[in-house]
Amino acid sequence: MGMRRGDRFLGAAMFMPALLFIVGLVGVPLILAFLYSVGNVTVGSVGYKFVGLANFRSVLQNPAFRGALLHSFIFTVSAQLIVIVGANILAVALRNPFRGRGLVRFLILLPWVAPISLGAIGWKWILDSIYSVINWALVSVHLVKPFDTPMWLGEPKLAMLSVILVHAWRMMPFSTVILLAGLTAIPRDIPEAAAVDGAGFWRTHLEITLPMMKPVIAVALLFGIIFTFTDMTVVYILTRGGPYDSTHVLPSYAFFAGILGGSLAEGAAVSVFLVPILVLVAWAMLRVAHRTEVV
Amino acid sequence: MTGETGWLGWQRWRRLLGAREGGVRVPPGILRWAIVLVFAAALSFPFLWMGITTFKQTTDLYNTKNNPFLFNLPPTLEHLRLLFNETMYLRWLGNTAFAGAVVVAITLLLALPAAYALARLTGRWGERLGIGIFLTYLIPPTLLFIPMSRVVALLGLQDSLWSIILVYPTFTLPFSIWLLMAFFKSVPRELEDAAMVDGLTRFQAFVQLVIPISLSGILTVVIFSFTLVTQEFVYALTFISSAAHQTVSVGVPIYLVRGDVYYWGSLMAACLIASLPVAVMYNTFLDRFVAGFTVGAVK
Repeated sequence: MGMRRGDRFLGAAMFMPALLFIVGLVGVPLILAFLYSVGNVTVGSVGYKFVGLANFRSVLQNPAFRGALLHSFIFTVSAQLIVIVGANILAVALRNPFRGRGLVRFLILLPWVAPISLGAIGWKWILDSIYSVINWALVSVHLVKPFDTPMWLGEPKLAMLSVILVHAWRMMPFSTVILLAGLTAIPRDIPEAAAVDGAGFWRTHLEITLPMMKPVIAVALLFGIIFTFTDMTVVYILTRGGPYDSTHVLPSYAFFAGILGGSLAEGAAVSVFLVPILVLVAWAMLRVAHRTEVV
Repeated sequence: MTGETGWLGWQRWRRLLGAREGGVRVPPGILRWAIVLVFAAALSFPFLWMGITTFKQTTDLYNTKNNPFLFNLPPTLEHLRLLFNETMYLRWLGNTAFAGAVVVAITLLLALPAAYALARLTGRWGERLGIGIFLTYLIPPTLLFIPMSRVVALLGLQDSLWSIILVYPTFTLPFSIWLLMAFFKSVPRELEDAAMVDGLTRFQAFVQLVIPISLSGILTVVIFSFTLVTQEFVYALTFISSAAHQTVSVGVPIYLVRGDVYYWGSLMAACLIASLPVAVMYNTFLDRFVAGFTVGAVK
């Protein structure tokens, strides 16, 4: 069906304000992020000089940055592994309606819908070095000795574990509701027919349900990767990257170098390391969208 | 599990737990409840803990010999009094509500016409532009906040609530346009065609007919944008440097801590009070947000 000329003009006019806003405040800063990463901008100065890859060389020589790069991958992969396994189990358990499901859903959603900085502060109190309720519980069942309790946020390995678990906690509800939506969209008669043919729960689940949920799992995973890889809130609030830079991730390190340290150029260079993963995820998302349209 | 391992052991467990043999409604009964309860307890625990901490006397909180799950001393409202009378908490709540309201208004003003244009007026270009808009949602604040801090300074907005009001629509807009576009597409075309035969222009038909019958979609966008504003942390932390101009999600974790002293009672009260209304709002509209995220992947 042909589009009338007037409609096209009106369409452009109606779309333009939003487009200008997004170009001005997403497009321009995005280009600036790249320009800064190859320039010499600092908080104090106004000039700009092209310095090539000097910022990248300088951050790559810094062990704290190389740590942050590595932690970013550990952080994202481990948190997403926990989330995708947990969310699958939880979504299957929640599939059929039961009494109280509304309340349960609300409780399960809390970590995702409440502001994450506030949830993270809650965890900071739960993981406190002296008053940790987890440590109290561990002591009272004699799993650890009093006065020798784990310093959840004070020891490098435990701190990393805590940061990962808190982020998994935060993302679990998101993946669960997305998987649940995929699960409920599967026509009921398909798994039922498999059951009639004698397939047990696991066979039905692994050979029929899971393959049908592939696109939805992909969506949950891709959003999960973006939200985890680019997050600095959990790290910033729980550990500020410490102890001894052992929990810094790329975004938190960019914040410390660029904003607190005042070297915008170095901060921008650190942020730019996020880009390859973002591009990869965007490409994968388009593929998922494309494929499901064809089916 | 028991001494048995693997498949056989699992089968026996299932029978013990009352699984219908060969049925699809597995995991059933007790097992399902156990899974749901464990997850619900683990995921909501920090909020339960905030509630308990809020009402505990300080000496009770800081006595490591006490069972922390019990009220060893009578409950107190002291932490709440301190929070509301002696901190800027109310101010932060007000700042957040104000910023949220203005951001929602800007979002609607820009997203409604844009989404309509993409749904109806741009033909096959609309599809591509729509995907392009959606992709901008994937560009995170942690990539943009450094250049954005320069832009904000250039506009003279540093340390002002208006800095975040200007910047927040960058993440509320893409998702809102995306949601509204799907919504407008489900409105029957005949409606506008009939109205235009009756003498309305297309724009008038959009304003007088399409917007009113899309109220529930608009409400979804309002709630979604508002909750995103309450949740944002990175931009507010970067642009705003004085406590009085902060929002609740930065004010509480950063400025409620004095020096190294954590007032845990008040801090937890502040977290809980700000979290619950946002959670209730979001929960009510959840199914629509999920639909927005899974467009295409769920049929």
